[in-house]
Amino acid sequence: MATKILIPTPLRTYTGKLESVTVEGNTVGELLQKLTATYVPLKRHLYDDTGSLRNFVNVYVNDEDIRYLQKEQTRVSEKDTVSIIPSIAGGRSI
Amino acid sequence: MRETGGRGVRTDVRLSHEEIRRYGRHLILPEVGLDGQVKLKSASVLLVGAGGLGSPLALYLAAAGIGKIGIVDFDVVDESNLQRQVLHSTPYIGRPKLESAKDRIHSINPNVEVELFSTRLTSENALGILGGFDVVADGTDNFPTRYLVNDACVLLRKPNVYGSIFRFEGQVSVFSAPGGPCYRCLYADPPPPGLVPSCAEGGVLGVLPGIVGTIQAAETVKLILGIGEPLVGRLLLIDALTMKTRELRLRRDPECPVCGEHPSITRLIDYEAFCGITPPEPESDSGEYAISVTDLRDKLDRGENLFLLDVREAQEYQIANLGGHLIPLNDLPRRVHELDSSQDIIVYCHSGVRSGRAVQFLKQLGFRKVKNLVGGIDAWAEVIDSGMPRY
Repeated sequence: MATKILIPTPLRTYTGKLESVTVEGNTVGELLQKLTATYVPLKRHLYDDTGSLRNFVNVYVNDEDIRYLQKEQTRVSEKDTVSIIPSIAGGRSI
Repeated sequence: MRETGGRGVRTDVRLSHEEIRRYGRHLILPEVGLDGQVKLKSASVLLVGAGGLGSPLALYLAAAGIGKIGIVDFDVVDESNLQRQVLHSTPYIGRPKLESAKDRIHSINPNVEVELFSTRLTSENALGILGGFDVVADGTDNFPTRYLVNDACVLLRKPNVYGSIFRFEGQVSVFSAPGGPCYRCLYADPPPPGLVPSCAEGGVLGVLPGIVGTIQAAETVKLILGIGEPLVGRLLLIDALTMKTRELRLRRDPECPVCGEHPSITRLIDYEAFCGITPPEPESDSGEYAISVTDLRDKLDRGENLFLLDVREAQEYQIANLGGHLIPLNDLPRRVHELDSSQDIIVYCHSGVRSGRAVQFLKQLGFRKVKNLVGGIDAWAEVIDSGMPRY
């Protein structure tokens, strides 16, 4: 079953500028594993060294945070949309 | 909220005839009316930052007749601000933003009391400054101040009208309202500095802070009037490119370190350290892995054989360049084979931060003849080549 993952602007650099990527998988965890296997540099932006999802990246299935569903075990269908929502703070230049 | 919001109307505050004429379009709205306008006049709002988000906030809150607007900022107006910071204007370039903000607010509405705080918001002064206001509107552009504002608002139980922007995308919410979540419920930790996109990937559509800041202003006014459904427990996402909005549910995290059941943060902390921000490594600014713009000019004048590496983005290269070989910092790991480690390599970017990272990276790969151009192409334009455009 393929589910659409919406890629936020700051991470599009790592998905060849794609705004969304559709991947096969039954759970959020499976989808994200597949996504980061395809777009390898994205991995360190989503997961820390221990393989846990980073605290400044939230993942939603439709409008609900997976932390309040079954986390990465949250089941998805093709009708769902998964969103990755990182923290952003624009403006400061380096 | 102090004697405002849903708690009734101050009886000692009256509107003058001039104010009644000015606010007529509010007064005839049943949801505002005379009582609502008196609430606005009795209310005080603190703007953290007088930049892209603070601009529409200040303009609309002044026009709406907020009694007191406080502004915290320590910056001066720069030409490059004017693309989006509509509070400021060309004659104010080089002058403090606070001065510009105060003049502009008073030219819109002389009834507004303006209180200025010419300082960086710090853990030492935040509670004192925020404590004097009913609502805080966060227009900051960096993570340490964002967490500081959040924690201070939670500790003071002040609503925090949050906005954030990146390129074409904005986020808006209301944090720290009674029963609602705070910013840390959404993001307990900030991203480490290395994972924050650089300025080149940053940039922002000038209209975007206008959209986001205006929504923040609307939320602020609603909170004061106690009307409608403020964005408490909701995160509004705006994509200006597709002009699509989405809304996500936010929940109060019972384990939130600051507003949860057993908070571990009960006073303000060192937010720079919390966000992992440390002073830049001295190596990237001095020593054998750094070079000044004047030294580079001398070397080029002597005809030395140097390889110039430009680690900015293509659109920056188009504005101005030193004829360097372009490999954007993000592409460097997979394109490093294009470099010859036996050659003298001078790395430059806009201001020297990205090229400093590139030098660190190349050193780890065993490059020894690599130097960072201190101050970047901006310093070159300032010191060496006044004909070069600056951005």
